[in-house]
Amino acid sequence: MDRMEQRAFDAVVRVLAGIALLILTAPTVIVIITSFTDGNTLKFPPSSYSLRWYVELLESTQLQRVTIRSLWIAAIATLVATVLGTAAALAIARSKAGWARALDALFMSPLIVPWIAIGLSILMFLNLMGVPLSPFTLIAGHVIICIPFVMRTTIASLLQLPASLLESSASLGAGKFYSFRRITLPLISRGIGAGAFLSFIASFDNVPISLFLADARSQVLPIRMWQMLQADLDVRVASISAVLIVLTLIVMTVMERMVGLSRQMVR
Amino acid sequence: MHAKPAQFGLAQRTPRIPRGEWQLVLPLGALFLVFFVLPLGLLFLISLFSDASMTRLGLNQYVEMFSSALSVQILRDTLWLGVQSTVVCAVLGFPLALAYCRASPRWQPLLIFLIILPQLTSAVVRTFAWIVILGREGIVNSTLMQLGIIADPLSLLYTNFGVVLALAQIQLPLMVLPLINTLMRIEPNVIEASTVLGAGAFRTFWKITLPLSTPGLIAGSLLVFTTSVGAFVTQSVIGGGRLMYMPEYIYQLSIGAQNWPFAAAMTMFLLVTVLLTVVLFTWLGRKSMKHVEA
Repeated sequence: MDRMEQRAFDAVVRVLAGIALLILTAPTVIVIITSFTDGNTLKFPPSSYSLRWYVELLESTQLQRVTIRSLWIAAIATLVATVLGTAAALAIARSKAGWARALDALFMSPLIVPWIAIGLSILMFLNLMGVPLSPFTLIAGHVIICIPFVMRTTIASLLQLPASLLESSASLGAGKFYSFRRITLPLISRGIGAGAFLSFIASFDNVPISLFLADARSQVLPIRMWQMLQADLDVRVASISAVLIVLTLIVMTVMERMVGLSRQMVR
Repeated sequence: MHAKPAQFGLAQRTPRIPRGEWQLVLPLGALFLVFFVLPLGLLFLISLFSDASMTRLGLNQYVEMFSSALSVQILRDTLWLGVQSTVVCAVLGFPLALAYCRASPRWQPLLIFLIILPQLTSAVVRTFAWIVILGREGIVNSTLMQLGIIADPLSLLYTNFGVVLALAQIQLPLMVLPLINTLMRIEPNVIEASTVLGAGAFRTFWKITLPLSTPGLIAGSLLVFTTSVGAFVTQSVIGGGRLMYMPEYIYQLSIGAQNWPFAAAMTMFLLVTVLLTVVLFTWLGRKSMKHVEA
């Protein structure tokens, strides 16, 4: 009786987990197959295959320009978020004081606050202050949403740092900055690395912030793709998507080797 | 955290743990003040103007929001969408997390890779994938037509079902990762003990596994709900022109119609909803923690 119940339970778990895995992975596979279509529509499966939509990408200088701009913006936003986020994490990670907990909640809140609210409110604020939109304001908006990703992994790795190490370093006469550079930083670098990677992705893929803060001169890739989906279904979106998926896959594998990405994301 | 007495009397003064200097928080604090706290405060102020040109103060926008049939429907649909996608993610995510924890160490890295990859792929790319799947010539329609189940393609895009399905895929990792985290902490002996004592597998799940993993379930649900109600890209692309949810409506009101006070009031409603959800789930989380400890 128990045996049968156990078997039934295992079957239910397996079927539902299977459906979940299918829903998670099928879209990725389908996008890659579609990108090799020879047709002008998103028919699946395609009737014949070719590389024409990749050739189109190579010929589309405007898309390339937008992509390069997105990469730059994500890189700068990540750099700023990583430096400011790590500094703030050092200040608040071990503190139990009320102000530190409050700031921690504030810095983590962009994870929960709808990004569209952040984008719209920054736009209104800049507008009333008479500050024109520029790449700087766009990057500032991106930094806000990147911060939680950096802080979460950095604080987690700071909390795992054995206090005794810093004590011995201090008792042996090492200065604060020296201890930070030689002990703290190397030990939390995996946390910082994982946070920086997640923050780069968050900025590079962001639509809701850029929608409000990117002007015509600083258009970014996800917005361009969103417009291509809204207008008429441009098959180039399939080849761009496939390129992005493959790049993500490569960087993700590298990050898994270097910083143990998956373990940091489960935490 | 007291330092152990130094041996051999090397350091007479107890070495202090070098605490992070509090000043290090200032640059980020300043950035958050200017680009987060002040703008959100201003958003609230703008919502208190009764006309689009912002000359008179009043609560007209809120009255309008709760009395216009269109906006009430949008508010209701958006909240309902959040509930639906949270439930779907929980029903599919829990078994996946369980399967991960039971999988042999050889398979675990592959599984976690498959779970994380979608989360790291752009939301636009994932939404696009669902257009290919659900479209008139998509895989669902072509399969059903080949099998002779339907004669004409179903319209799956621009339906609530399509939006929930696409959202479920995009938010599923947000549910699965915290669940894996809590499930991994449950002592296997507890579950073994329950089985040894004669509780069936389903009973063990309901009475032991599920209650013990509520913290993860709550953390996951909170993330899924809040990101689902604010998911601009998926809602606007899969919902198309036919279905309208709060984020897209806010975008149209602010950029299209230039009606800032009404857009601000709508955004305030979205913010308050999210805030109340956080309060509710944190409260539930505390309760469940006590339950777990007891």
